[in-house]
Amino acid sequence: MTTATLTKTETAGAALPRRRRGDGRVALAFLAPVLIGFAAFYVYPAVRGAWYSLTDWNLLSEPGFVGLDNYAELVRDPLFWNSLKVTAYYVVLTVGMQIVLGLGLAALMHRLTRSLVLRSLLVVPWLVPSVTSALLWMWLLDANLGFLNHLLVSLGLDNQGFLTSPELAMPSVAAINAWGATGYTTLLLYAGMLLVPQQIYEAAALDGTGEVRQFFRITLPLLRPILAFVLVVSLIDSFQLFDAVAVTTKGGPVDATRVVYYYIYEEAFTHFKMGYASALALSLVLILGLLTFVQMRLLRASRSDLA
Amino acid sequence: MAVTALLLTAACGGGGGSADAGGVTLTYALWDDVQQGAYQQCADAFHKANPDITIKISQSAWDQYWQNLTTQMVSGGAPDVITMQASYYPQFVANNQLLDIQPMVSADRIDLSQYWPGLADLWVKDGKRYGLPKDWDTIAIVYNVDMAKKAGVDMSGLTWNPTDGGTFEKAIARLTVDANGKRGDEPGFDKTRVAVHGIVPELNDGSQGQNGWGDLAVSNGFTFIDKNPFGTRYYYDSPKLAETADWFRRLADKGYATPYDKTSSLGPDTMLNAGKGALGITGSWMIRTYLDSKSQKFAFAPLPTGPQGRKSAFNGLADVIYAGTEHKDAAWKWVKFLGSTACQDIVADDAVVFPAITSSVERALKAHKAAGRDVQMFVDEAKAPGGTFLLPVSDHGDEINQIVSTAMEEVWLGQKDARTALTAANQKVNALFSGG
Repeated sequence: MTTATLTKTETAGAALPRRRRGDGRVALAFLAPVLIGFAAFYVYPAVRGAWYSLTDWNLLSEPGFVGLDNYAELVRDPLFWNSLKVTAYYVVLTVGMQIVLGLGLAALMHRLTRSLVLRSLLVVPWLVPSVTSALLWMWLLDANLGFLNHLLVSLGLDNQGFLTSPELAMPSVAAINAWGATGYTTLLLYAGMLLVPQQIYEAAALDGTGEVRQFFRITLPLLRPILAFVLVVSLIDSFQLFDAVAVTTKGGPVDATRVVYYYIYEEAFTHFKMGYASALALSLVLILGLLTFVQMRLLRASRSDLA
Repeated sequence: MAVTALLLTAACGGGGGSADAGGVTLTYALWDDVQQGAYQQCADAFHKANPDITIKISQSAWDQYWQNLTTQMVSGGAPDVITMQASYYPQFVANNQLLDIQPMVSADRIDLSQYWPGLADLWVKDGKRYGLPKDWDTIAIVYNVDMAKKAGVDMSGLTWNPTDGGTFEKAIARLTVDANGKRGDEPGFDKTRVAVHGIVPELNDGSQGQNGWGDLAVSNGFTFIDKNPFGTRYYYDSPKLAETADWFRRLADKGYATPYDKTSSLGPDTMLNAGKGALGITGSWMIRTYLDSKSQKFAFAPLPTGPQGRKSAFNGLADVIYAGTEHKDAAWKWVKFLGSTACQDIVADDAVVFPAITSSVERALKAHKAAGRDVQMFVDEAKAPGGTFLLPVSDHGDEINQIVSTAMEEVWLGQKDARTALTAANQKVNALFSGG
């Protein structure tokens, strides 16, 4: 009884904190490491990038102001539009694969097993550095010497240029990255499923609702905030595709995998057009910001049906 | 505060050449790890002769080399002396990153005639000289000895033309074997199930086609550029080039080569080593890669003779000095040493590449012979009158590379015919020069 009262008063006290002088400074001290990092590695480069996007800097010469020329060039640049197109294609493919596979695996784990070993095994591909996994798959998928093609041929089928044909290259890259990321997505979704109160499932089971119906009527709707979060994060993440392309296809065949990040990299560090590359990068920031905003709105991510 | 001080010290210590105890340390950049040993020997010999100068070799692989170099130049800490490739140097010259060594060459009366003809002049732009030649390379056919013997193909004195491919195509057809053991020139050959392809062409080969289409196109009468080095008008729209590209693409249609979209991304040498192909076209810098192979027995044969004769690409590297170096005199001494017989004989004995100095080339040949490697045809091609052409050197090398290689891919994939794709590419290329 006494304990309960005590806790109650304490809670009430915490809810109405008295303003203490000096809090701001202490808070600042705690925030400083993050703020300094943020300022040095995000704000400062971003501001510099914005400035470079208005210049013709080529890394070695002094940057000269050219106004909005870079942006005008960008609008007319077919390779830029192509890079956006193939990036969008990639994002749809890889996010689709990740979410569908992740949901399936998470649901299986949620309803069938709580095994810690299985859960840990799921994230193993995610722990492999992406360059390593790209290299690994480049060998496995090689058109002539790859193991997968060896299997296809021994089954009497034709070998496939997984990474070398214009039709298959992008789906292959998407699959490679989905392979790496699915485990992590699964874990997030699985954690979300654990938040769904068990009673709802019990009630549904009493009413004779089957597993499949439970998944679509209970799990999926109540998972919405987590799904929204996963969608936003994996979308932004997959927009930043670079390493798998740099390792396996180098943007080819015929621009089929020249995604926007790889294009920016090429313009900046192969062709040394730093000014133009900065303009490309800033346009991408704009597009990503817009996409995230629209998504958050559409999915009402901040609100949960459980509340 | 302490951290800042530490950073500052580190930044100072990280700079290119630092003078310690009255001596000078020079950084020398190269990309070929196979040659690092030979150049280390040069560096040791140089240090013995000049005890106050120490050479530190910094090696990074080809793919990272150029990017590293640019970043280092941006930060002002590039290596003092740099191994340079002819098609890459114009962009560094355009940005004033390389030192004009003509005054030193004149003052020290360097004998430029000691180098293989044509090599020294590649490094001159607008009366300024940027490098001394270090080595050169030519192109030849590499073939699998056992496969050629089994097929009964004689690899010497092959001919080629873009219409029927001459005896070169006949040899390729003969060397192609399908899953049933039928050869490419026999009735009943199944081109959909090929076990060994007659040729593993290096089609994805930039804007120059050094390892294949460029050499054959030139032997068909094609010229890359109006003036070399530093021309301003390319001729990629030439029908001679289009014919050659079409011929290469037909090889895949006939089953003699892998279709482009099913080509291994691991490179022709991997394919040939795996016994999946019988011959390829390659450069002399690959001699050791092929002849030292443990899985297959390879040999070299001269390129086929085209309608205009036998033409091999001829390219060379040079040592250049970074304009921002703090030790110009020491750097020049080192470059002078690298370009002298003292160092090039060491490189010759190592027998990886052919040195630029004519007398050292014989030495390299002897070293190869002693090791049982027959590489005479590379030197013969270089010596033959009119037998070589210099790879085009001009501004905008990187952009041209991307434009032309994309157009070529369209041809290999059959998305566009060679004439259309290459004419469009040529317009884009020449627009780079008119646009300034």
